[in-house]
Amino acid sequence: MSAPDIILSARQLTKRFSGFTAVNGVDLDVERGTIHALIGPNGAGKTTCFNLLTKFLQPSAGTIKFNGRDITSMAPAAIARLGVVRSFQISAVFPRMSVLENVRIALQRRRGDSFDFWRNQKVLNDYDAEARERIEEVGLTEFIGETAGELSYGRKRALEIATTLALEPEMLLLDEPMAGMAQEDVSRISALIRRISAKRTILMVEHNLSVVADLSDKITVLARGEVLAEGPYETVSKDPRVIEAYIGAGHG
Amino acid sequence: MSVTTETTYSSASQAMPIGTPRHHIIIFAVLLGLLLIAPFLLYPVFIMKILCFALFASALNLLLGFGGLLSFGHAAFFGSASYVTAHAAKVWGLTPEVSILLGTGSAAILGLLIGALAIRRQGIYFAMVTLAFAQMVFFFALQAPFTGGEDGIQAVPRGNLFGVLSLADDRTLYFVVLAIVFGGLLAIYRIIHSPFGQVLKAIRDNEPRSISLGYKVNRYKLAVFVMSAALAGLAGSTKSLVFQLASLTDVYWTMSGEVVLMTLLGGMGTIFGPFVGAAVIVTMQNYFASFGAWVTILQGTIFVISVLLFREGIVGVLSKWIKKPL
Ligand SMILES: Nc1ncnc2c1ncn2[C@@H]1O[C@H](COP(=O)(O)OP(=O)(O)OP(=O)(O)O)[C@@H](O)[C@H]1O
Ligand SMILES: [Mg+2]
Repeated sequence: MSAPDIILSARQLTKRFSGFTAVNGVDLDVERGTIHALIGPNGAGKTTCFNLLTKFLQPSAGTIKFNGRDITSMAPAAIARLGVVRSFQISAVFPRMSVLENVRIALQRRRGDSFDFWRNQKVLNDYDAEARERIEEVGLTEFIGETAGELSYGRKRALEIATTLALEPEMLLLDEPMAGMAQEDVSRISALIRRISAKRTILMVEHNLSVVADLSDKITVLARGEVLAEGPYETVSKDPRVIEAYIGAGHG
Repeated sequence: MSVTTETTYSSASQAMPIGTPRHHIIIFAVLLGLLLIAPFLLYPVFIMKILCFALFASALNLLLGFGGLLSFGHAAFFGSASYVTAHAAKVWGLTPEVSILLGTGSAAILGLLIGALAIRRQGIYFAMVTLAFAQMVFFFALQAPFTGGEDGIQAVPRGNLFGVLSLADDRTLYFVVLAIVFGGLLAIYRIIHSPFGQVLKAIRDNEPRSISLGYKVNRYKLAVFVMSAALAGLAGSTKSLVFQLASLTDVYWTMSGEVVLMTLLGGMGTIFGPFVGAAVIVTMQNYFASFGAWVTILQGTIFVISVLLFREGIVGVLSKWIKKPL
């Protein structure tokens, strides 16, 4: 067996907030082409990890590498341009724009004519066909003209995924993509995530353990900012320390 | 935050590609028609004043309503352009179009300097930084030798357009001013409805998300800041030729406040709101000029009432009413 192909790796990643250490010496290796889940009780530091990996927060210590390249000192927009695109725990759509416009914003960035202030926005209609495909994939076609801010919570999450996918990122970081979704949407998005993982790498925070069990190739469990356990679901779920951390935090 | 757009679309409108809404074209056409006959019915200088402030407020609205950035220092751009144009026309004897270009260019450069520093701050801090810089520009205008101190630059010659057409006559000047202002308004309309404008709206709606999609948001903010400053400068330059005067009033902080008031009263983030706001405020100042200091109090009262009663501003309310963006 050859050495695993690591797309994203973090070493001794640490974040301190005025005296409180939210993430403490985390080592993380995400293998290319896999679905890697980051789980842990509330307040474990999962979102903070995401913020560090995408540089929305500056690490207090540690290094981050993407495709072997040190990205620790890069700006968040630059990391997105490299192909690491994140979603947010609190749904992040452009609320006053339509569903179609939301997705088009992502397409527009990828194709790079976004400083054209003298051209009529009609030129953006060129992106419609592709935008419609992305919207179709997440099952939002009937809401395509609707204002994003007025969608239900689960549909906002779906729109967010469509927007992220429009960038065709090499790697996606999804922070609780299924939170607040109805069961049928969870199934649809699960299937979508599995489908897109064929060509991409996904790091995902998710509280829905059946989704995690179903989708992920590898799981890292965080508790109090530190890695508690790591491995496939079968091993991790039987780890007494993991069970204790979850029971201790009231997850059962 | 309230969502002003319609909630439901029919399946027919879903399929409709974006473009210029017909009612916008109609409103622009009607507006232009009215403005073409206005100088024969009303005092041209009065309408020119409205036009200049309409452009000024629309420039601010580009930044505030579409860039989501509240500047409390836009008088710096309006005023400095006004001074530069007045100086160029009077001392250097340049033609009006060149003087206006110089004034507008100066405002753009000043906008680049102030904007580069201000966009590093968010929300109220952004407003404070712009205000602070505008105060520096004010003190500079107060002290510098070529601004004429308390007197300002008076008796600015309107000159001959392209060296041939005399603008001394109010009505001749009016059509030039109308062309400048209308051109400016159309430019703003285009910027808002361009690929760039679309990104601006995205940043205004959700900045972190825009960053996560790979947009270098500060570049867009700086770009719109400079555009807004340049257009505010265009308004200031034009104004100094209309009144043949550049004075401290143009750079004073109350001027920054007034243009914010016009924008909010008319409806920030709307297309036609700033025009309406400017028309209302200028008309009020004009007709109530005899009340002296009371005008300020009246303005304050109107502001408070409008903020309390219709937060979306006059045009914002109308737009909700007819369920169409205005
Ligand atoms: N900006 C901040 N300043 C101070 N403390 C913070 C900040 N952001 C997060 N924290 C703290 O860091 C800890 C980890 O938070 P984080 O949001 O990463 O947890 P999480 O694992 O994502 O939890 P959840 O499952 O609830 O989303 C929490 O105790 C939180 O209060
Ligand atoms: Mg979280």
